[in-house]
Amino acid sequence: MQTDPTAKLQGKPGASPTSVARRKFLNSIAAAAGTGCLLTLGALVAGRPAAANPAQALRPPGALAEEDFLAACVRCGLCVRDCPYDTLKLAPFGGAVANGTPYFTARQVACEMCDDIPCVKACPTGALTPKLNDIHEAKMGLAVLSDHETCLNFLGLRCDVCYRVCPVIDQAITLENVHNQRSDRHAMLLPTVHSDHCTGCGKCEKACVLPEPAIKVMPIALAKGKLPAHYRKGWEEKAKHGGSLIGDQVEMPVRGMEGKAYGDSRVDGQAGGLNSGWKP
Amino acid sequence: MRPGAEAVRIKGWFGAHRWLVLRRISQLTVLALFLSGPWFGVWIAKGNLVSSLTLGVLPLTDPYLFVQSLAAGFMPAATALIGAAIVVAFYVLFGGRLYCAWVCPVNAVTDAAAWLRRRLGLKSGRVPDANTRYWVLAGSLLAAAATSSLVWEAVNPVTIVQRSLIFGLGGSLAVVFAIFAYDLLVASRGWCGHLCPMGAFYGLLGQKSLLRITADQRGACDDCMDCFTVCPEPQVIRPALKKAGQDSPLILDRDCTNCGRCIDVCGRNVFHFTHRFDQRSDS
Ligand code: SF4
Ligand code: SF4
Ligand code: SF4
Ligand code: SF4
Ligand code: SF4
Repeated sequence: MQTDPTAKLQGKPGASPTSVARRKFLNSIAAAAGTGCLLTLGALVAGRPAAANPAQALRPPGALAEEDFLAACVRCGLCVRDCPYDTLKLAPFGGAVANGTPYFTARQVACEMCDDIPCVKACPTGALTPKLNDIHEAKMGLAVLSDHETCLNFLGLRCDVCYRVCPVIDQAITLENVHNQRSDRHAMLLPTVHSDHCTGCGKCEKACVLPEPAIKVMPIALAKGKLPAHYRKGWEEKAKHGGSLIGDQVEMPVRGMEGKAYGDSRVDGQAGGLNSGWKP
Repeated sequence: MRPGAEAVRIKGWFGAHRWLVLRRISQLTVLALFLSGPWFGVWIAKGNLVSSLTLGVLPLTDPYLFVQSLAAGFMPAATALIGAAIVVAFYVLFGGRLYCAWVCPVNAVTDAAAWLRRRLGLKSGRVPDANTRYWVLAGSLLAAAATSSLVWEAVNPVTIVQRSLIFGLGGSLAVVFAIFAYDLLVASRGWCGHLCPMGAFYGLLGQKSLLRITADQRGACDDCMDCFTVCPEPQVIRPALKKAGQDSPLILDRDCTNCGRCIDVCGRNVFHFTHRFDQRSDS
């Protein structure tokens, strides 16, 4: 307990019996243990919220899954230093991202998807896994066209900026041709993201011309839905199997539709779509 | 009288501050090696004191961070392993707490607080047990194991200060101020001498190190107490100087930071740097 040197030197009167000395020793150990545990508990509490990053804070390419990353990244900033585009930042103390870890905000500076991935090369620990040697395999996040109501292409205009800046153009993002029902004579070219090719570099979000981007890169866990494990897609199974798995269907006649192919709801052979106007 | 006044009279100002000046130069040099890159584009040491790459070839990794990573269940890659091995080898050989006295930037803050405490004659406060640091050390590793992440690094003021200085992040000033205020107003030498798990870790590393301070001229001591006053870990001096529980004149305690302040401040030239096998003594 004491750091006053004179007390140490002279010794305290009456402190000689071993029982007193032992009690003092045990007391001080207990106090030390208590304080130590309190401090670490405080760290645990303070460190806890950092486990979930805000959605707009993306990890560098090759980053291990967040839980593993927080065990692996020693927060040296070597990845930050070697990023030639100043994409990466180290999280400051007291921020929402785990103190000292690297992240980037796509809307500010996106990842340029360097061919040689210098950030991954720089990482001494493997928190950015060296297994990533093709930047196109990176999964920093997933772009989501999150707002159909402001996306200019959805409004029927030709903006296409997100599509054209994408480094994985026509694979990660495509323009899907859809009939414009409003004008009934135009096409809408809808930006559509494909998760198996999107690297989450954020260039689309960065480039979106709107004051608030209609397309945003989100952490995969936030962006992706998930099918139940037992679901099978019939068309995939069919292709795998080389033909329908359930064989030919028995066709039951529908009254008034005799002589027509199954599912054909057209009246007198005219096109009608789903609501064909057919009445019995 | 202020500690060291006699030493200044006898050895001159520089003679009485030689190791202190060298230490500040060392601390500033280390920092400058990291700052020359971001400030002037001259990249010497990249990264920070936790893990760095010097001149593109020499990897160094803080073994305490490395061990935390292991505790969290992650085996860092080869570069970090080599870097940690180099650092461990160095400090095992030359004294773990050399890091505290000669490298760590927080040391300047706690030294300043201790200096001001002396100048203001502050005696009050509540000092935690010096062993607390080992509990914090153990606790930080347990916490890492329990949560599989480096939780201590969310709050570790030492790494926060280093990173902030080197990466120009905000938020460190509050941490620096907190440590300064704690050492000044609450606990004398509170942070480095009682709480810091990094200091504890480096102390454990350097237990058997070669570089040691010896009180080889202890016969000349006139009990002025100056060395005890300036030493950041005054309890380490007594066994060597007063033959308390040991005959050797060497300061063998792992908590000695090898700062050399005792050498500076002693007007009688009682202390010297030496190696652990040097048992020469005048008494
Ligand atoms: S891939 Fe290139 S631009 Fe992207 S984070 Fe890494 S270094 Fe920076
Ligand atoms: S280089 Fe690796 S360990 Fe260092 S901050 Fe970046 S991800 Fe973390
Ligand atoms: S005890 Fe901790 S804060 Fe103090 S000098 Fe050593 S490492 Fe730095
Ligand atoms: S004994 Fe001397 S060298 Fe060791 S910490 Fe104290 S003043 Fe510094
Ligand atoms: S060794 Fe003796 S003379 Fe020298 S500073 Fe310490 S107490 Fe004073």
